[in-house]
This record gives sequence, structure tokens and C-alpha cells, in this order.
Amino acid sequence: MAVEAVRRYRLRWQRKRWRVRALRKRRELAAVADRSATIAADDILACVVLRNERLRLPHFLSYYRRLGVDHFLCVDNGSTDGTAEYLASQPDVSLWSSGASYRRSRFGIDWVNWLLRRYAHGHWTLTVDVDEFFVYPFCDTRPLRALTGWLDASSVRSFGTLLLDMYPKGALTAHPYSEGQDPLDIASWFDAGNYVISRNDEYGNLWIQGGPRARVFFSDRPESAPALNKIPLVKWHRAYTFVSSTHMLLPRGLNLVYDEWGGEKTSGCLLHAKFLDTFAAKTREETRRRQHYAAGGEYRAYAGASGPETDLWCSRSEKYVNWRQLEILGLMSKGNWA
Amino acid sequence: MTVGFVMLCHEALDRAAQVAGYWARAGCPVVLHVDARVGQRDYDALVAAVSGYRDVRFSRRLRCEWGTWSLVEATQAAAEMLLAEFPRASHVFLASGACLPLRPVAELNAYLGARPGTDFIESVTTEDVAWAAGGLDRERFSLRFPFAWKRHRRLFDAYVELQRRLRVARTIPEGLVPHLGAQWWCLRRETLTAILSDPARPQIDRYFRRVWIPDESYFQTLVRRHGARVESRSLTLAKFDYQGKPHVFYDDHLQLLRDSNCFVARKIWPRADRLYHAFLNEAAQAQSAAEPRPDKIDRLFLRAVRRRTRGRGGLCMVSRFPRDGWENGRSSNPYSVIEGLGELFHDFPDWLRRETGAQVHGHLFAPGRAEFAGGERHFAGALSDSAALRDYRPEAFLTSLIWNTRGERQCFLFGPRDTQRIGHWVAADPNADITVVSGAWAVPLFLSGRPVAKVRKEAARLQKIEARHLNHLRRHQVRARVRIWTLADFVETPMEPLRSVLDGIGRRSAPRLTEAPRMVDLAGFGAFLQALRNEGMHPHLMGDFPVEPAAASPRPGRAAPTDDDRPHVAL
Repeated sequence: MAVEAVRRYRLRWQRKRWRVRALRKRRELAAVADRSATIAADDILACVVLRNERLRLPHFLSYYRRLGVDHFLCVDNGSTDGTAEYLASQPDVSLWSSGASYRRSRFGIDWVNWLLRRYAHGHWTLTVDVDEFFVYPFCDTRPLRALTGWLDASSVRSFGTLLLDMYPKGALTAHPYSEGQDPLDIASWFDAGNYVISRNDEYGNLWIQGGPRARVFFSDRPESAPALNKIPLVKWHRAYTFVSSTHMLLPRGLNLVYDEWGGEKTSGCLLHAKFLDTFAAKTREETRRRQHYAAGGEYRAYAGASGPETDLWCSRSEKYVNWRQLEILGLMSKGNWA
Repeated sequence: MTVGFVMLCHEALDRAAQVAGYWARAGCPVVLHVDARVGQRDYDALVAAVSGYRDVRFSRRLRCEWGTWSLVEATQAAAEMLLAEFPRASHVFLASGACLPLRPVAELNAYLGARPGTDFIESVTTEDVAWAAGGLDRERFSLRFPFAWKRHRRLFDAYVELQRRLRVARTIPEGLVPHLGAQWWCLRRETLTAILSDPARPQIDRYFRRVWIPDESYFQTLVRRHGARVESRSLTLAKFDYQGKPHVFYDDHLQLLRDSNCFVARKIWPRADRLYHAFLNEAAQAQSAAEPRPDKIDRLFLRAVRRRTRGRGGLCMVSRFPRDGWENGRSSNPYSVIEGLGELFHDFPDWLRRETGAQVHGHLFAPGRAEFAGGERHFAGALSDSAALRDYRPEAFLTSLIWNTRGERQCFLFGPRDTQRIGHWVAADPNADITVVSGAWAVPLFLSGRPVAKVRKEAARLQKIEARHLNHLRRHQVRARVRIWTLADFVETPMEPLRSVLDGIGRRSAPRLTEAPRMVDLAGFGAFLQALRNEGMHPHLMGDFPVEPAAASPRPGRAAPTDDDRPHVAL
């Protein structure tokens, strides 16, 4: 009882600290195109931090527009490939830029926390990367708004997903990605059932590892494999903060996107189309910049594996069909949404 | 025969206007009640949208709050208006702004006409309802509920608790037997008039004002007093989930709704354009007198609730991570753990696969790598044979393997040379079928031909590991099906452990083996054990293995060991 009270008190202060930090970090953001005044009361927002993703942007934006995202809040972290110019010209995008350190903004999450606090209060908000594609039950027939409406009616504030790493068959460089193309046409394979889960008692979230990255890059030290649990969709309140990427939030209740008594809550997947031919170049750059998690250690693991010849595909890889397939495989769940 | 509609609206008024217009065009009078909380602009827009219809009226607006008397009051007012202003209405159908007619009104009129004197309203005594959320079934009627559950949850709970302590028991007005049922009904003019003009109505209303969720009990109770023939079911297809929240229909339910033959469905997602378009614009086809058949939809929602409350046993995923004991099955399907037999027969996995068709792995938990069937590097679900990955979370490895191969029986060998952590986990899994021949790990040592002095240490180590494992298998928490033979028992009746494995897999149809497995030659094994003893070791898990055994021959007919004659292994 007392332990619990102390923990709650500590986490409360931690949350306040992250909020203050976000407040401080807002100075690193310069508005390039602020269209936030056009955000309507029940708009669904998306929040993205990115760098040099010009090639992927057209498909990314159209994917989420089609799902029903009304407005994009973007932070450009020093792109040199025209990303900023492209985003600034989009009517439903508000763009900020920051030349500051990605690592020292805790991998962009301070910036995200600030933008959400300022603009997303009371909105359903999807926080994703440019290579993450949100899939949820019935996403082929029901827009995002159907899901958020149902979550509202069920008094649910956050929605959990598995980050599902997608990869092509053969070397990453074998199928070059071209602008506007659906990356899942190339990276259409995934690992269906090699995930491990444990509970993080401090924050109450699940910690999921596995998939092709654990299988290929971390098979000798699985404990270092990247986390695949993400909570990208949240009915934002200005008092909330992301703690570490979108893996977990405070207050802690937002992390309870899973059922502990045998049942299944409704959940989705984030299809992670990171492993394209662009991955090799990205790996080289990020290893050099050392701006990513654990000082780019993850990228160094990739670079060490075999670089551009990396083939994540194995004889038991599964080819992606649709959300129903993921549901049957047990990677996501309809819960009681029928 | 003309049915009139009362519609209770509070959101998505554009949809309500569409539906009201649809019914009005079909010649039905409609009275709309719009929640007083709806803004004037939206209300005016609704009024304007239906202004073209002569027979659409608006009743006095009240603030409606879920679970409170206000909903009944609004219904009463609207129903009174409908009865007074439209004498041609023979029935009153209570609907909401989120209802959608699935069949032409003419079919509904015909259906009601064919069942004269019948009121359609779900009405069940409190003893017989299983669905009342919150456990307040009888107490709905015996306590007072002045606080709104949605806004003042704590006050609500505290006041209920207080009344329970004080043993408050309200008297139910004379002549009333409390009944519950879905809010949406279709009553005859005569019944409804009798209910609304009951001489005792002031007292009855005063009583129901403090009843919990009176919109599910007011008309449901009074119809028993005034109705002639009560058909206790709703003509509105409305389903509720385990939290008492209505299921919502979306565009992808179109075919299901069509097939259901129900007259009206709720609740429809306001943006389900396809549904509204399909059902409100359909040209009247040949008149159908079909009975409503909502069972397919019932099953769909029942499955959804079961998925939410029970989940898929043996699955751990992003939104299902049960606490210990709440898994509904640690693994998803039965599987076999075979200990010892792999050492006693040549090519045992291959033989077992041929004999049973099951997927038979080698030592899945071997220290070097997971020995998947067929020597594959990867197995179902892209499981890797890496020992490090497997041993990081061996339980997850095994549950994933069983889950990934649902529908195909999995078997694997296990022994003291393997990574042990999974050993006691499987013991607590009811899906595990464990057959052990204890002490068989010594056979490869014996066959290796290495000098006894060299293998002695290894033998002692393996024996210690297996003894600990057998201890786990004998605990009372064990939920697996466990059969243990000593090596000495095995030599006497080698068919029994085999039969146990086959029984576990469920191969009962063929009593005879199509092909006998080839046993390793144990001649000299007794002497090997004696040599170990001579080295100062005490090999006890093999049982009383004779120094020179009689010729090992299967002795059919002996029953499986019971607890009494189960070979005892001293530890």
C-alpha cells in the first residue's frame, strides 16, 4: 500500500518533470507553417518527427488522410532533401523545424510532448514515424473516426499496437523504393509468431520484443532487441506525456492497453516499413550521427550484420494480406468491437 | 393498421431527420423528442429538415440523462402527443435517433396486422434476467436512485451502500410486479392509452422516478397490468455488450442486417453512409412476411464479448497478457513431452511422426540449438533455432510454437541435457502430456563406449538434474498428465510408455502399431550401471535394473500404472 503510494507520488513528479522539460524544449522549435488555427474541435491529429524522408512523404500522407487524419503536426529535424518544403506546402500540415539535437530531445519525444500539449488537448492523436502504418480491426471498411468514436463510447483513452517489422524477400537493395509507392508492396513479409512479452511494473506497460530484428541482429543478445510495444493512438489531454518514444506514457493508466484477466482488448499493429533499400544509407548516416536510442547502437548492430545485403526473409516468413490475417495470427485483436 | 413512431433524439440529428422523413413518406405519423441539451441551431436545422412532412411533430423538450426518469418522461410526453394528434395510429413504435428501418413500413404494418391484440415489448421478471449490468436487478426497485450514475458515480455508489446498510426497502405500488426489458418497444394504442391514463399513474410515476434505469422497467412493468397479449421480445434489433453499452452497426454489417429480417436496428454509426443509403433508398421489393432472424448477429456479438472477456487461450499479445492463473490455458493446444524414449529407440521422432502424423521435434531445448522437426533452422511463426533467443523466454518460445501450429499436434523430446527452465512450466500446463522413462539419459553414456571413470561425473550431474525435474512433476500443483516409468520398468514392458505416448496423442483407432520402433541394444547396460556403482556413484533413477536382464520382450496386456503400482523412484 505504502509502496504503491510512494510509486504513484514519484511517477507524478516524473510526469511533471517531463512536462516542464517539454516546455523548455519548445524553444528549439521554430514554426515554418503553422496552420493549427484550422484544427476543428473533433479533428483527428497525427504527430510526426522526421528527417530526410521526402521520398516517403507522399504515400505516408495519403495513407493517413485516407484513414481520416485531419491535421498533421510535424517537426522537421534538419532535413536537407526538401522534406520541409514539401510539408510546408501541404494544406493540412503544420510544420515546425528544429536544428537541435534529436538525442537531447529524447529522440524527439520532448518536441512531441510539447506540440501535443499545445495543440492536441481533447483530440484523438496518432503519434507515428514516417515508416509506420497504423492498422486496426476493420480498417478496410471503417475509418479511424469509427474506432475513436467507439473508444470514446467505451471510455477508453489509449490504444495499443504491436510494431510489426516488415521486410522484403531478398536483399534490401534488390527492390528500390520509388516515390508514392506503397512500401508494403516491397516490404510485404513479417514474422508471425516469435514475440516475447514481459510486464514493466514501474509503468504498467508491456514490453514486447522479437520479430526479424531480434532474430537476425540480436540473436546472441536478445535482451537488447528493440521494444515493439507502441501506444500511438491517444485521446490526448494536456497533462499526459510520452515517457519513452510511444512505448509508454504517464499517467500509468494509459499503458493498460492489455487485459490481465484472460480477455483481449481491442488492439492493432503498426506496420513498420523501415527495411527498404533506403535502410542501408539511413544506417550509415545514423551510425555516424549517433543520434538514436542507445547512441545508435541499434543501427550499429544493423551495420554490423551485413549492410545492404541483409536478408531478413526466412522460410517461415509470412506474407502480409490484410488486418484479418493479423487478427487470426493473434498479432492484434478485435476485442469486443464487432 | 398504421404504426406511429416516437423517436428519442440527442445526437446526429441529420440522420434522425432522414429516418423520420423515411417513415413520414411511408404514411406514418412521427413524433420527435429532442434532448433539451441539444443546441438551438441543431434543433432548428432538424425542424427545417422535416418541415416538409405534415405528420412529423416535435414534443416538449426535456433534459434527458441516461438511467434516469427523464427518459420515461420524454417518452410519455411524445407518446401522448402521438396518440392525441394522430387517431389513425394503431400502434406506437418507440425508436431512437440512431435507429434504422431495415424493412419497408408496409411489411411492419402487415406483420402487426397479422398479430392482432399483441404488444411487442421485452418484459422479464427480475428473477429471470441475467443481463442486468452492475448486479442491481432486484435493488433497482427496492432502493432509491436520486444520483446520476454517469456524473456522480461515487455519490451513487455511496448512497446505494448506505441504503443497503440501513436495509431500505421501498414498497412497490400495489398490483405491480417489476419487469425488466429492452427500452425499445411497439405497443398497441389501447395498451399505451391504458398505461398513460391509469388512475394510479401519479403514484406509479412517483415510485418510478427513483427507480434505477426506469426506461427499462416502466413500460415493461405496466404492460403486464394493461396489456392483453404480451409478446416478450423487441422488434428492434439492439444488442448490448458486457458493459451494457450498445453494439454499433457499420457499413460492413450491411449483409448481416439484410439477412436478419429485423424491422429496425440500432445503434447505427451516424457516418455509415452505405447503410443509410441502402436501407432508406431501397425500392420496395416484393412484400415479405418473413420472421425476424437476428441469430446470426446475436452470435457475432456473443463471440465479440467472449473474445473480450475470455480471449484466446494460450495467446499472449499486445492486448492480452494474463496474470498467473488467468490464462484460460497456458498454451493453446495439447502437446506431448517425451522424456527418455528418444534415447531408447533409434530414430524415435521419425518413427512417431510416421505412426501418428504428429509433428515430432528432437530436443527443442537442447543447449546448442532448438532441434526443430526436419532439422529446420526456422519453424512456424519464424521461430528461430537460436538457443539464446529461445532461452531468453523459454515459456514464450513454447507457447508461441504451440500457438503457431494450432491444429497440428506437437511433440518434443526433453531430458536432463536440455535447458531445464521449461521443465516445471510444462508440469503446470494442463495441455502437456508428459511421458518419462527415468534414467534413460544414461543410455547414450553407456553407448558412447567412454570409460566409466570418465562418464561418472556426467552421470551424477544428469541424475541430479533429472531428480529435480521429477520432483517438479510429482508436486500437487502439477496439472499436466504425467506418466513416469523407470528404465527397469521399461525394459520389462517397453510397450507401455510407448502406448502412453500414443494415447496422449489420441491415436486410439488403431490398436496395433503398423511398424515397431527399433530399440537400442541394452545388453551390458546392467554391467555399466554396476561399474558406475563401483566408481562410487549411485545410479538410482533407473529403478532396480538387473545386472544381466532377462531378454527384453514386450509383455502385452498389462494395464497402465495406477498410483499404487506406479514404479517408485527413490530420490
